Amino acid sequence: MAQPLSPDYYKQLEEIQAVDFVIFELVLYLDTHPNDSQAIEQYNHYAAHSLKLKIEFEAKHGPLRFGMPMRNDQRWEWSEAPWPWQV
Amino acid sequence: MWTYEKKLMYPVRVSTCNPTLAKYLMEQYGGADGELAAALRYLNQRYTIPEKVIGLLTDIGTEEFAHLEMIATMIYKLTKDATPQQLKEAGLAEHYVSHDSALFYNNAAGVPFTASYIQAKGDPIADLYEDIAAEEKARATYQWIIDQSDDPDLNDGLRFLREREIVHSQRFREAVVMISEDKNQKKIF
Amino acid sequence: MTHGHVPFRRSYKPFRGPFDPCPPIGVKYYVTPPNLFIGFQPPNFKQFSAIEALRKGTLWVPFYDYYENPYKK
Ligand SMILES: [Fe+2]
Repeated sequence: MAQPLSPDYYKQLEEIQAVDFVIFELVLYLDTHPNDSQAIEQYNHYAAHSLKLKIEFEAKHGPLRFGMPMRNDQRWEWSEAPWPWQV
Repeated sequence: MWTYEKKLMYPVRVSTCNPTLAKYLMEQYGGADGELAAALRYLNQRYTIPEKVIGLLTDIGTEEFAHLEMIATMIYKLTKDATPQQLKEAGLAEHYVSHDSALFYNNAAGVPFTASYIQAKGDPIADLYEDIAAEEKARATYQWIIDQSDDPDLNDGLRFLREREIVHSQRFREAVVMISEDKNQKKIF
Repeated sequence: MTHGHVPFRRSYKPFRGPFDPCPPIGVKYYVTPPNLFIGFQPPNFKQFSAIEALRKGTLWVPFYDYYENPYKK
């Protein structure tokens, strides 16, 4: 890793991890409770929020999701460090 | 297919360079009740199970791969920059002569992963009960590792993973109820 | 460490033979996780906030079970 990551990187990343975690919990719940429309509503709320957070994160810190539009067309940032186990 | 996000499911930290703990964690990497076994078990069983629970097996199987990446991260951080001498003192000399500090699908005793750790009976009840047992065994394994570990940051990540096994077991128990329901009987709730 | 009223924990006293060399451990603890008692999850379970849920490893309050080494002095 060239330079240490900003505290901001960790803060935004953790926010995404929290929201994605709620999504995962709701998915498993809905897999066995497919008719709980309140949970589907909550799922949709978090899914939209996650999308928003990830777009912000990628604009600031570089690619997070595979196959998404890149902010930089001069340098291929996807294959650059840091990888998840390095941060 | 699967896709990748450059993030861990949970922020993993370890407090010290401690290859001994890395050795214990290999039980959850390439062991009988580890995360690799879990992922492979569920994602393989899903082709021959009633449609109602295919989604659950797919989603839990996918989560297990995210757990595997967390375990790998813990092992990587606990052994990164450790000298051959430190690895030897941790009981990892045998690992070192074969793999240097590369990760490998061994259990804590160095036994390589084998497909015989997992089952696919094709009988939905037998398979789901196997899955419930696997979750309880993984939960117990996390407990025994926490009992042996004095690393508070590592234990924080291990507690997250242990809690996930409780939720997975719950969902598999619900899956048994779902496929046991008699369609001719009215649902109670 | 005495276990008082930690929920989801049980214990038993292992049989003591006349020729057991290790000093008695006292009681052996084991875990009976929340999933044993809840059955099919009912609607409107209490939830943690998103960041709490991540920290705890579950969104659902009744499934949360913090683990600590029960033999730690
Ligand atoms: Fe699991």
